[in-house]
Formats: sequence, C-alpha cells, structure tokens
Amino acid sequence: MATATLTKKTRARANGNNRRKSAPAGRFGAYGGRYVPETLMAALDELERAYEKAKRDKKFRQRLDLLLKTYAGRPTPLFFARRLTQKLGGAKIYLKREDLLHTGAHKINNCLGQGLLVERMGKHRVIAETGAGQHGVATATVCALLGFECVVYMGTEDMRRQELNVFRMRLLGAEVRGVDSGSRTLKDAINEAMRDWVTNVRTTHYLLGSVLGAHPYPTMVRDFHRVIGREARAQIRKAEGKLPNAIIACVGGGSNSIGIFYDFLKDKKVRLIGVEAGGRGEALGQHAARFRGGSPGVLQGTFSYVLQDKSGQIALTHSVSAGLDYPSIGPEHAMLKDTGRAEYVPASDAEALEATTLLARTEGIIPALESAHAVAEVIKRAPKMKKSEVVIVNISGRGDKDIGIMRENLKLD
Amino acid sequence: MPFHFENKPALVAYVTCGDPDLATTREIILAAIDAGASIIELGVPFSDPLADGPVIQRASERALKHGTSLQHVLTLAAEIREHSQSVGLVVFSYLNPILRMGLAKFCQVARLAGIDGTLITDLPVEESAEYLREARKHDLATIFLAAPTSTDQRLKLIAQVSTGFIYAISRTGVTGARHQMTGDARTLVKRLRRFTTLPIAVGFGISTPDQFAAVGKFAEAAVVGSAIVHAIEENPGREAATVSEFVGSLVARCS
Repeated sequence: MATATLTKKTRARANGNNRRKSAPAGRFGAYGGRYVPETLMAALDELERAYEKAKRDKKFRQRLDLLLKTYAGRPTPLFFARRLTQKLGGAKIYLKREDLLHTGAHKINNCLGQGLLVERMGKHRVIAETGAGQHGVATATVCALLGFECVVYMGTEDMRRQELNVFRMRLLGAEVRGVDSGSRTLKDAINEAMRDWVTNVRTTHYLLGSVLGAHPYPTMVRDFHRVIGREARAQIRKAEGKLPNAIIACVGGGSNSIGIFYDFLKDKKVRLIGVEAGGRGEALGQHAARFRGGSPGVLQGTFSYVLQDKSGQIALTHSVSAGLDYPSIGPEHAMLKDTGRAEYVPASDAEALEATTLLARTEGIIPALESAHAVAEVIKRAPKMKKSEVVIVNISGRGDKDIGIMRENLKLD
Repeated sequence: MPFHFENKPALVAYVTCGDPDLATTREIILAAIDAGASIIELGVPFSDPLADGPVIQRASERALKHGTSLQHVLTLAAEIREHSQSVGLVVFSYLNPILRMGLAKFCQVARLAGIDGTLITDLPVEESAEYLREARKHDLATIFLAAPTSTDQRLKLIAQVSTGFIYAISRTGVTGARHQMTGDARTLVKRLRRFTTLPIAVGFGISTPDQFAAVGKFAEAAVVGSAIVHAIEENPGREAATVSEFVGSLVARCS
C-alpha cells in the first residue's frame, strides 16, 4: 500500500542508484559513521574539508606546533615514578605528564587544533560540552586566546561536582549554560550542544571534546592528541632504550587514551590497556563500563558500544569522575576492542580514590579522578610484571578540580 | 492509498506515543484522524532526543517513565490501522531503538502493523543502505528530511532515495513552535522541486492556522508536532478533545 503512490521510475531510482552515494566516511571497522540530523550534514562536510586542507598546510601545522610549545607547554615530561615502582615491586612505572599542560589536562591539544580551524572557516562563535569541566576550560581558554564568543553546556550535576571549573570558564569569558535534562551529566550536555549547533550551524562551530560524535570528529580529535603518544614513544626509547611493555590510560570518550595509544598501534608487543569507570557496581546505571555492559548502537552521531536497555533507550551511568561518566565510547576504541589490539578493564570509584591517595603520597602528584582510574589499574598490574618490564601510565589531567569530591570521599579532615 | 494530499495542505500530525499513556495516545490519534489529519506521525520516545525542543523532550520523558517502547508503538499502529484504512501512518524515530530491534525485523513488523513509511531523524542518506534495502523489501516508504542547509548535491541525493513524500525542515533548529515562519521553507521547497516530483511536507515550528494555511500555498502538506504535543501537555484529562478542536481549527481554514 505504501508504495502504491510511487511510480515505477521512482522505485527504480530508489533501488538502483545507491551506488552513486559516497563511500561511508569515518569508519573504524563497523563502527563510527555519521548519524546526525540532515541540518548538520553540510556543516560536517565543511568541517571535514577544512580539516583535510589544514592538515596538509605547513603553515597550519607550524602555527599549531608553536602554540602547543609556547602556550600549552609541550612536550610534557615522561617521569619515572621511582617510589610508586618500589612500592608496587614490579614493573618500572613511567607517568606521561599531560596534567602539566596549560589548563591542567590533555584537552588543550584538541582545542588549539580546532580553534585554528574555526579561524580558517571564518566562524566566530564556538560551543562545547563538558563533563569534568576540563574540556570546557580548555575551550574557554582557546576562545579567549583567539577572540571567539564561547558557550559551554554542562549538566547541572557536573556543575555541582566541578564548581571550580565552572568559575574558571566564566572568568575566561565563557557563558556556562546548565543542562537539567536526563542524568544532568556529559551525555545531556552533548544533546544540548547539538541542539544549539543545529540552530546556529551557519555561524557556529561545535568544538567537540572527545573522539566521539559524527565523522570527522573521532578522527580529527584523535589526530590532535596523537602528539601524546608520539612524544611518549621517543621519550621512553631515550630513557629505557626500548618500547614499553604496556600503556595504561583511562577511557571516557577516549581521547587521551587514543592519543597515547595511536603511535604504538603498530608495535604489537606493546599492550594497550584502557580503563573504564567501574563506578559502584555491575548493574546497569551503576557504572560507565561500556565494554562490560554495553552493546553496539548509535548515540550522538556515532555507531559504537552503548550502555542501553532492551528497547534501545540509553542507560544512565555513574562514575565518581565526571569525565568518564558517559554511556558510549569512541568508535575507534570499539574497533580496537573487537580486534583485540587493545584491552579494556574497569576500575571502581573506590579503587580510583585509593589510587589518588597512593599517587599523591608516593610521588607528590594529585591526579584527576579520571586519570586515577588508570593509576588504579597499574596498582593491580605492576606487581604481577617483571622488574625488567616497563609500563607507561597517562596522567591525563591534574586533580585540583576534584579536590571537593576527594574531600567528601576520603574524609582526611 | 496511504498518503493523501488532496487537502491543500494536507495535515501531518505528530504525536509522541505513550504521552501521557498509550491508551490516551490511541484516543488522541483517532480524534485527530476524525478531525481531518491525513497522515499521523507516530513519534517513538527516545532517551536522548537531540533534534527536539523542550516540548517533545518533556513528552518523551513522560512516555519513557512508564516504559513506552518501539514495540508498543507498532502495536498501537496496528490498532489504529484497524480503525482507519485511509490514514497514512508513519513511524518517526531516532535510529537506536530501531537498531536494537533490528532493521530487518522492524521493517517486517512495521509493515504487518499497517505502517506506510518511516522517518529516522538521525539517519542521513549516506548511512541508509541497509535501511533502504529492508524498507524496499517490505514496501515501506522511506521519508528523508531535507534542511535549509542541505546543498543542492544533498537535495538530489535525498530526492533519489525518498519515497512517499519528502519532509522539508522549515528552518535550522530543533522542533518547536515559532512566532514567525522564515523564508527558508519556501526557498527550500522551491530548490527541492528541481530534483523531485514527490509531494513535499513542510515541518518544524508550525503552530497556528495562519502558518498552516501559508504552507499550503507552496507545499502539499504541513507537519504540526510540538503544538499538538503542547496541547496534550496542557490539557490533562481531555487530551483527545483538545487535539480534535485544535486539528479542526487548522483544517477548517483550508477546506
């Protein structure tokens, strides 16, 4: 009945001409793609073209490198954690110190890159989502640096637990808009940013903060963070004369982890370990371990593992760390998981908090609660490794923003 | 014949299924059909409706609170189909609930339920190969969105894979009422006509009889969504009667 209104010609056209469509863009195996409302498709095409062009432009790369060096503070050190290594009694532990970057986390790498792209595209308004507030702060910083109007969407639950970062963004001249829907965390902030973008797409760039969303974001954001792994690779070779046995990084959307993993992908002997938020239990809603409780689905522009119920509704998540509290994961990680090139494990809230204390007291470094999940995994793993083995932990951010939560949970007063 | 465009414009009425509950949605839809709606868009509530404004977001939340699922929507469709052979029935959904059911199973069950076509908000043409294959197999019309920001190249692509009708988005933005319709809609419809002979429905932001009638001057159909959902929200206990009056007021101007 439905097609009774169709002419034969229409039907033939609809069935036969699919080949003319362009090949699927931005795929990582089966994952990735571009699942957004039609209104955004032209803007994603524009962004993809601008990025491809910029990537090949020597001047763009030079300008970005100079900013990374003189503004953000790259290269970041690779630090041998002597007392932590002794305490755990196994593998030698090195820390990649992304926490020392300007604004306090790796997020600035991507924000500077996209910021320069915004200039090239001639847009003047930038929007972003933020969970822990680190990406929001980095975005607000780059907007101040380059003179853009900046609006950051943040779940009201995250605004409560990361109030220091909210003030930092405002101090930097950004408008922070609270999002009161759903779980009032990162996922809901992304929904609201997408609604803004769909409305103001002609003048606005959406500065997405992780390797999530529609193509070209997962690829582009990864490329801007590849510098982490590139530096770490050269640094560990210099320090140890060899590649590490394992690299450990936390995975929310997955930007710091893919950034440090990427240049080691071809080194098959280097184990790549992503740490998800195990939260406070294994039931759906109590954690954000997509590879433990999730299944393939589409959320916010990309096909990847998603925590969802049997009807395809997205599940609520929980993590003590706002930056890991998200029901989906970057599509490239989904591919790495399926192919077995990377492995993914959860660390619980309690383990992350314990790891925070241990790192603070053995090395004098207070990690962000996100990064503390990676530390929690090295605490489990290093003692089982040989003393001749080497492991790198990516300290993606510093813990100042989390002092309030740590204080609530650690009860040291 | 599922999609009728005799009225100028034909009324495409959107409802979020399960808001406030499935039994009431059923009454609302039957009332809308009686009052003159030509096509019903059965909105499948989704936890993360990123293309929707606050009115439909709230409706989705209410519907999900008591577990409305895609399966429920298809069961409801079958009931509506029993009551009306002539109304056009379209499933309006985000992709994930459909993926979770499975594209093949969805198309099969939808067809059996008497659905005529589907519109998937976050499935652009580039990602639609499997969907098109399954929908064609089960004779479901594949309705795609066209936006004011779509390039001519994209409009052509959209026209090629759309069947039944094409949904032209009146302006950039999320769903929801606006005081004024912009010139975007008329321009977009004109651009689309160069690539298609299919009927065109204009939607997003149409909430008054004047706006509805104005669309009739350049398009075959007008979609009214948030205004209906808002009327439902504002009139607990007499949802169907309110929608009947509202739909009547829209259609009266144009018959």
